[in-house]
Amino acid sequence: MAIRERMSGNEAVATAMRQINPDVMAAFPITPSTEVPQYFATYVANGKVDTEFVTVESEHSSMSACVGSQAAGARTFTATSSCGLALMFEVLYIAASSRLPITMAVVNRALSGPININADHSDSMPTRDSGWLQIYSENNQEAYDNFIQAVRIGEHDDVRLPVMVCQDGFITSHAVENIELIEDEKVKNFVGEYSPKHYLLNPEESMSVGPYDSTHYYMEHKRQQAEGMINSKKVIMEVAKEFEKMTGRKYEMFESYKLDDAETAIVIINSTAGTAKDAIDILRSEGKKVGLLKIRIFRPFPAEEIAKALEGKVAVAVMDRAEGFSACGGPVFAEVRSALYDSENKPKMINYIYGLGGRDVRIQNIMEVYSTLDEIKNTGDIGSTYRYLSVRE
Amino acid sequence: MGYNLKKEMNKPERLAGGHRMCAGCGAPVAVRGVLRALKQEDKAVIGCATSCLEVSTFMYPYTSWKDSFIHNAFENAGATVSGVEAAHKALIRKGKLKNECKFIAFGGDGGTYDIGFQSLSGAMERGHDMVYVCYDNGAYMNTGIQRSSATPKFADTTTTPVGIESDGKKQYRKDLGQIIAAHHVPYVAQTTFVKDLKDLHEKSEKALYKKGSAFLNVMAPCPRGWRYPPEDLMEICRLAVETCYWPLYEVEDGKWTLNYIPKKKLPIEEFLKPQGRFKHLFKSGKEHLIAEMQAEVDKRWEELLVRCGIN
Repeated sequence: MAIRERMSGNEAVATAMRQINPDVMAAFPITPSTEVPQYFATYVANGKVDTEFVTVESEHSSMSACVGSQAAGARTFTATSSCGLALMFEVLYIAASSRLPITMAVVNRALSGPININADHSDSMPTRDSGWLQIYSENNQEAYDNFIQAVRIGEHDDVRLPVMVCQDGFITSHAVENIELIEDEKVKNFVGEYSPKHYLLNPEESMSVGPYDSTHYYMEHKRQQAEGMINSKKVIMEVAKEFEKMTGRKYEMFESYKLDDAETAIVIINSTAGTAKDAIDILRSEGKKVGLLKIRIFRPFPAEEIAKALEGKVAVAVMDRAEGFSACGGPVFAEVRSALYDSENKPKMINYIYGLGGRDVRIQNIMEVYSTLDEIKNTGDIGSTYRYLSVRE
Repeated sequence: MGYNLKKEMNKPERLAGGHRMCAGCGAPVAVRGVLRALKQEDKAVIGCATSCLEVSTFMYPYTSWKDSFIHNAFENAGATVSGVEAAHKALIRKGKLKNECKFIAFGGDGGTYDIGFQSLSGAMERGHDMVYVCYDNGAYMNTGIQRSSATPKFADTTTTPVGIESDGKKQYRKDLGQIIAAHHVPYVAQTTFVKDLKDLHEKSEKALYKKGSAFLNVMAPCPRGWRYPPEDLMEICRLAVETCYWPLYEVEDGKWTLNYIPKKKLPIEEFLKPQGRFKHLFKSGKEHLIAEMQAEVDKRWEELLVRCGIN
């Protein structure tokens, strides 16, 4: 029987970590993910896990220790936010290229400067090319469910890549909501043991990690790494199916909400999807054909699937909770629009930068987006593709 | 049984030959010296900061390392090996692994004194059961001889070039041994290649088999950066010790011991003269610079004597 509880997104992720009982956890506190290592430290202190908890002196060292630990043959977790993730940046690439399936809880927070502690995606978006899988979560339940699935996905032999599981700082990391937990034993069985084929501590053989890679081989190694990312799609879906069998909760590359017959739609990531669903319910009750596509997996990017889901819509707004400073839209917009390029029947598409530095997004704001899409639908005039939502100008 | 050079040299090398380090470079001598102190049957995992040593010994698809080896980045050898050590602790605790293992990190002075300083300090403070070995050649040699905080004052490097307005590096070097000793780790030692390498061997053995964090600072000259003939490696090291530029000392459980006191302390010129990087100090009118350097060497030597309870 599932366990009904109420807890914050941070505690939900920490609970998943406790249930999995990793070999090593190396983490450094940073708002708003601090609670994750805090909860974990109490599990260690109270003997709920027998993990080696490494209290590193920075996030750079946290990711560095994770690389050492996972390469040594240990299942390794960490958590971070914002500038912490930025400080890890160099080592994120090394973790991925060394094919080390580290699992990391990312609690999204605006990147300095100016310094700001609230939610946006300017921390995880720049890491989208680092070779990590990125899974995004709307609420505490999804953060918990995604983290458990992430370990299985990353460690799969066809993937062997690190995975970050993201959720919005404070909005879901600190808000206490109802959640359905899975029994400890079931989680343990679902995730299973980490048994890499090769690892540094193997008493039977020596292994070398992190060579100088000359022009003769570097490109082949990157191609192999890309293969892991390509393969991960299938694995993500297999793991989701198995997870659904265990919990009844269905996960896909993205969630479609009232999208099938929608004429206008928005594409969004993380917690604001919940607000958008409320806006949709209101608009649907008024007879408006509106829908939502909530991206769960941003890496690998489900381009074909997204194109298929959005084909035939009249107008679509892609929402970016991060500036890309390309002067023509955010990163999610660039990728979603590119995914639709080959479609016969592509929608008119605009981009909104929204919610930066924790700027509140209300149902009313989302309804404004749909009314703009309505205008585009009625007039056929797109206007500016690069827009800001609720900003003083 | 006492130390026997011939016996030690007959042990199988754990760093294979055929690597790409320069002739006359101190780094592989340091590595082999440390690894010879491992019991032959003991497994070791070796980490290495990005450095000449790393890129010259592990170029895909070849490696010179017979032990398990990990290179992560320039500034994180301390943290990386602490992660490996933590993994070992966890896997032993969980019954997934039975055998003991030794953990060694190598870094040049750039990766240790400077960019990797925080990572090293963190690893030492947390007390991981590991040995961090700095092969100190006193500059960023891998990128082409730029100054580091280990570069001696007045050295001619590519970022402290000698010119009409410059006598080379402006600052004295950082005393890293003392800084790591201030972490109160069980073992810190400074050594280099002298006589039959006994000092290096014994210090490596202590560092490896003493429980907890240990730090070895091994002066490992660089023929390109210091500009000496490759065959003079051992002579340069001898002069560094005999002039008290590079004293041999150790700090074991907080107790400072000076391992060697020259019968007759040689003037610092003896160490400076054979090195091209100090050539400008021997032009007329520059005598005061050598006097200044001598005064600093004397001051540091006196401080060390006090610390070791000799004066």
